[in-house]
Amino acid sequence: MSTGHLLVVGAGQAGVQLAGSARELGWIGPITLIGQEPHPPYARPPLSKTYLRGETDLSALALRSEDFFREQEIELVAGERIDQLSLTATGGTAQATSGRHWSFDRLALATGAEPRRLPIAGSDLDGVLVLRDVGDADALGHHMRSVTNLVVIGGGFIGLEVAATAAATGVTVAVVEAAPALLTRVVSGHTAAAVQAAHDAAGIRFHTGVRPVRLHGHAGAVTAVELADGTMLPAGLVLVGIGARPRDDLARAAGLLCDGGVVVDAYSLASDGRTVAIGDCANLPDPTSDPPVTRLRLESVDNAVEQARAAATTLVGDQRRYRGVPWFWSHQGDLKLQIAGLAKPEDEAVVRLGKKAGQQTVLRYRGNRLVAAECINAPGDFVAVRKALAWGRTTAQANARDGALPLKALLLGN
Amino acid sequence: MNAKVFYTQPDGTERVLEASPGDSVMQTAVRNGVAGIVGQCGGSLSCATCHVFLESGEFAPVSEDEDDMLEVAATDREDNSRLSCQLVLAEGQEVRVAIPAAQL
Repeated sequence: MSTGHLLVVGAGQAGVQLAGSARELGWIGPITLIGQEPHPPYARPPLSKTYLRGETDLSALALRSEDFFREQEIELVAGERIDQLSLTATGGTAQATSGRHWSFDRLALATGAEPRRLPIAGSDLDGVLVLRDVGDADALGHHMRSVTNLVVIGGGFIGLEVAATAAATGVTVAVVEAAPALLTRVVSGHTAAAVQAAHDAAGIRFHTGVRPVRLHGHAGAVTAVELADGTMLPAGLVLVGIGARPRDDLARAAGLLCDGGVVVDAYSLASDGRTVAIGDCANLPDPTSDPPVTRLRLESVDNAVEQARAAATTLVGDQRRYRGVPWFWSHQGDLKLQIAGLAKPEDEAVVRLGKKAGQQTVLRYRGNRLVAAECINAPGDFVAVRKALAWGRTTAQANARDGALPLKALLLGN
Repeated sequence: MNAKVFYTQPDGTERVLEASPGDSVMQTAVRNGVAGIVGQCGGSLSCATCHVFLESGEFAPVSEDEDDMLEVAATDREDNSRLSCQLVLAEGQEVRVAIPAAQL
C-alpha cells in the first residue's frame, strides 16, 4: 500500500511533519504536499513575536530546507488551494481553485484553522486585522509602525502576545475580553491573574467582562471601539483574537463526519476509515487518557507534530494510537508561559511561588492526581512536570504545597 | 563561509550538514530532518526537546533557564549537555554533537 500516491492537503506544521514522517517510516510511493500560501512551509509562533518586531525574516522561519524536500522526494506545491475532493474506496481526486487536480491513493487533511471574525458592525473597516499567517503579520506590523493606539479584542494567547509586542514598541494598548478574566478556557485564575499583573505593569490596560458592540471609523478606517458599558477606546488599529474555527469544509463536502473539526479516531482516521486528519482541523479523542473519555481539538505545535507522527504510522500500516502529554507555550513580552497537560476548570490548583520575582507554577490536581502545570518564567518546573506526566508520576497535594521542596525531587526522585 | 555540523546518533551513525552562520545547531538539524532533535518550540527555549552532548565547538555559556531545563531533560544530563537551539553557529565554525536516546 505504501507504494501509492500520498496527498497531504495543508503545508503547515502538521502537514510537513506527516509528509516527512511517512517517508521516514517507509512510505515509498510519491508524496505531494499542497499548501495554499505562496511561501514554503514556515513556523507560525514567531509571527506574533520576533517576526512582528522585525527581528527575523520569513526565510529564518522555514520549517524544512529545500534540500530536505528534494532529498526526501516530497513534492511541495505552494499557492494552490484545494476546494473539491472526491473520495472513493481506494483513493480519490483533489481539485484546486486553479483547476489543477491530483489523484491519490491515500489522503491526509492538515487544513488547519482560520481566525473567527468579530460579528459586530464596523468589523470590515480598514485597520481591523486578525493574525494567522505571514500576510496578516506583515499587515499588522505595517500598521503598528504608524499608529498610537491598538485595541486587542480577545484576551487569549495571540491577543496577549501581540499586545505585549506592541506595548514594547511604545504603542498604547488596551485589551478587551468579554469573559470576566483572561485565558479562561486554558488556565486557572491564579495564572490568569499573574499574567494580567505582568501586562498591567507594562502599561497595558484591560477591560474584562465587557463586550465590544461597535467599531467606529472615519473615511473607511477604524478610529474607535465602543464597549457595551459605553466606553469608547480610541483605536488606530484593532486586532481581533477571539479564537479559530477548524477548516473542515472540504472534508464535510466530501462526506466525512465533521463536528467542529474532522472527526477522527485514536489512529487519526476519519469516518471513511481511510482518510487521516491531523492538527488544528481535527476533532480527536483525548490523547492523555486510555480509553479516551472526551473529544477535543488541540491547537498547538506539539499536537500538530505529535499527532502527525502517530498518523504516519497509520498510513504505513503499523498503526499506533496517538498518546501524549499535550503542552503549550506563549511568550508575552518578558513573560514566558508554559503549560503541560490538560486541566479542566474544576481541577484544583496548588500555587508555588518561585525564588525570583514573577516566577510562579500552578499545579492542577484532579483528586490526588497531578494532571497539569501552568508555569510562568519557570521552565525547569515545566520540563519536570511534563516528564512526570509522561511517566505517570504524581505527588500528594500536601507535598506540592511546600514550596521549599523542588518539583524535580517531588516528582522525579526515586 | 558556511559552518559545518557533525551529528552522531546513539547507534553511531554520523551525518554532516553545512549551515548558514547565524543558524543554530537545532535549526540546521530540524530543517534537514536529522532524527532525534525535535525542537518543537522553534528555538525559544521553551521545550527542551533539542538536547545534545557537545563534543567540540565553542559557544556562549549555559543560561539559567537552559540550566534549569537541562537538569530535568528526558535523557540524563552530562557535563557537556546543551540545548542545541542555544548553539548559534559562527562563520566557518566546525561543531560535533552527539544526540541522546530520548527527548520527550
